[in-house]
Amino acid sequence: MAKLIELKGISKSYDGEKVIDGMNLYIRDGEFITLLGPSGCGKTTTLRIIGGFETADEGTLYFDGVEISDVPAYKRHINTVFQKYALFPHLNVYENIAFPLRLKKKSEDEIKTRVTEMLKMVALSGFENKSVSTLSGGQQQRVAIARALISHPKVLLLDEPLGALDLKLRKDMQNELKTIQQAIGITFIYVTHDQEEALSMSDTIVVMADGEIQQIGTPTDIYNEPKNAFVADFIGESNIIDGVMLEDKRVRFSHHTFECVDGGYEANEPVDVVVRPEDVDVVEPEKGMLTGKVTSVTFKGVHYEIIVDIKGFKWMIQSTDYVAPEATIGLFIEPEAIHIMKKSKYSGKFGDYSSFSDELDQLSDADTAEEF
Amino acid sequence: MMKKRSVMHSIAAAPHIFWAILFIVLPLIIVIYYAFTDDTGAFSFDNILSLGEYVPIFVLSLELSVIATFICLLIGYPLAYIMAKAKPEHQKIFVMLLMLPMWTNLLIRTYSIMAILDDGGLLNTILGTSMHIVGTKGAVIFGMVYDFLPYMVLPIYTCISKIDKHMWEAASDLGCNTFQVITKVIFPLSMSGVISGVTMVLVPSISTFYISQKLGGGTFELIGDTIERQFVTGAYNVGGAISLVMMILILISIGVMNRFSEEDEGGIIV
Repeated sequence: MAKLIELKGISKSYDGEKVIDGMNLYIRDGEFITLLGPSGCGKTTTLRIIGGFETADEGTLYFDGVEISDVPAYKRHINTVFQKYALFPHLNVYENIAFPLRLKKKSEDEIKTRVTEMLKMVALSGFENKSVSTLSGGQQQRVAIARALISHPKVLLLDEPLGALDLKLRKDMQNELKTIQQAIGITFIYVTHDQEEALSMSDTIVVMADGEIQQIGTPTDIYNEPKNAFVADFIGESNIIDGVMLEDKRVRFSHHTFECVDGGYEANEPVDVVVRPEDVDVVEPEKGMLTGKVTSVTFKGVHYEIIVDIKGFKWMIQSTDYVAPEATIGLFIEPEAIHIMKKSKYSGKFGDYSSFSDELDQLSDADTAEEF
Repeated sequence: MMKKRSVMHSIAAAPHIFWAILFIVLPLIIVIYYAFTDDTGAFSFDNILSLGEYVPIFVLSLELSVIATFICLLIGYPLAYIMAKAKPEHQKIFVMLLMLPMWTNLLIRTYSIMAILDDGGLLNTILGTSMHIVGTKGAVIFGMVYDFLPYMVLPIYTCISKIDKHMWEAASDLGCNTFQVITKVIFPLSMSGVISGVTMVLVPSISTFYISQKLGGGTFELIGDTIERQFVTGAYNVGGAISLVMMILILISIGVMNRFSEEDEGGIIV
């Protein structure tokens, strides 16, 4: 797949604060790429620069090999699905979708054929004459997608398009978006803070934090081989422990020496060790590589979420077998389950579950829910 | 609970209702009474039937006020647009500047314009010309535009600044150049502001009497002057009849305009 969009050394500041810092990224033709990161990481700004709604302070933007840094939005072969859809309230469903074609002065026949085709694709046939304000969130979303795709753009930008939908609808729309993208075969650039959404839809994920790209890779790469503590923590649950690489394939952490599969580090180099909660086996204390005391057990449906105190560091373990709180258990970790990362500025900030509490999470969720 | 609340509501609303009855409903009844009686107080249709002779005056009033409203819209819309798109701190200054003349009495402002435009006035003195402006239709239209422009700008400005900023982005994303963004999206979306503005300029322009008296130089009469003359000369019955018909015509036109903007929320502010 050829490079379709390329960002070279893109920087952007608002009021002296850098939102994007020297970003380099290329996007291939036909791929589903997701910019993933917490709010304020610069993902939306990146999308807006690609869409032409913001101009970068530094750097250049290429589209199909041609620089488009100063080309206005309406001249780019890029369309956007906005977070709040931005449908035109003075036009009905049909006219909203026909809008780009009317600007191009297409014939009435062609408009009708193409709008009908689009409505069929987004499963809204029969909604032509409805006012957009009477539609549900999911339906408005579909109209926005149809309107953005009708002029056959080469790239579709989606800015957290599913944020306002409820969970069930969000899952359906995820599948639908992926199906649409595969059917028409154009590039989708998707912005989200939801790691699960990113993992299930994307060909490529770009993890961003503090205006910088942390890692680019396929969902499996990002999950299995996170580059630093930030990525490991942001994508899924992770135990991130300080360790020392003794030699290739041998790492020491939590006062125990483990075999692992990674190499290429200096002897005795300090590293971050990632162990995913689902990769830890619970065994009898005497058979375990590590032993610890269970501090809490929460039933999660598919598994139990167990917090274990191992020499002062709290691990999260997911197990289908129940263990009693206060019990002493052994942990067995296979070499493949251990992932070694270089130390970074995010080391030590993530991956310890000592302050973790479901109850606290729910309380703070309730707080935010009330604010809305 | 509900009942207690509604009692509280009616107590809170009482002064307003009293006010409305005293200053809106009662005067209306008086106007209607005069319109349908003769000088002896007996019921009569004569006043209404005699209105035919005022039709040319009414048409002239309509002509001048429609032209003035149209000019207000031509000047006011771009101004409102520029204001709404300006930085927030600049917007405040714009609104201040626009409101400032409204703090001066309308009559005084009209007198000042007369002093400027008069045959021996400021303008002719400065330019060293002897243009005859006061007494022409142009002067009256100018006066209407000058006096009522803020009433056009403010509702449109409010309406445009309420439009979601994503509308601009969506329009340009879908292929609108800067001009098309305005004509295809922003103007239709600010229609309710335009209709309010048109109403708020058209209604006072059509019924004004001091502007035409001062700037018309006594050479022609608008419907407002006619009504004023009736009341000044004590012909309350004919004055009442003209007022009543004017009111009905204005209500009908507001109704028509409301129909236009029916789909928009908010509708008209009169």
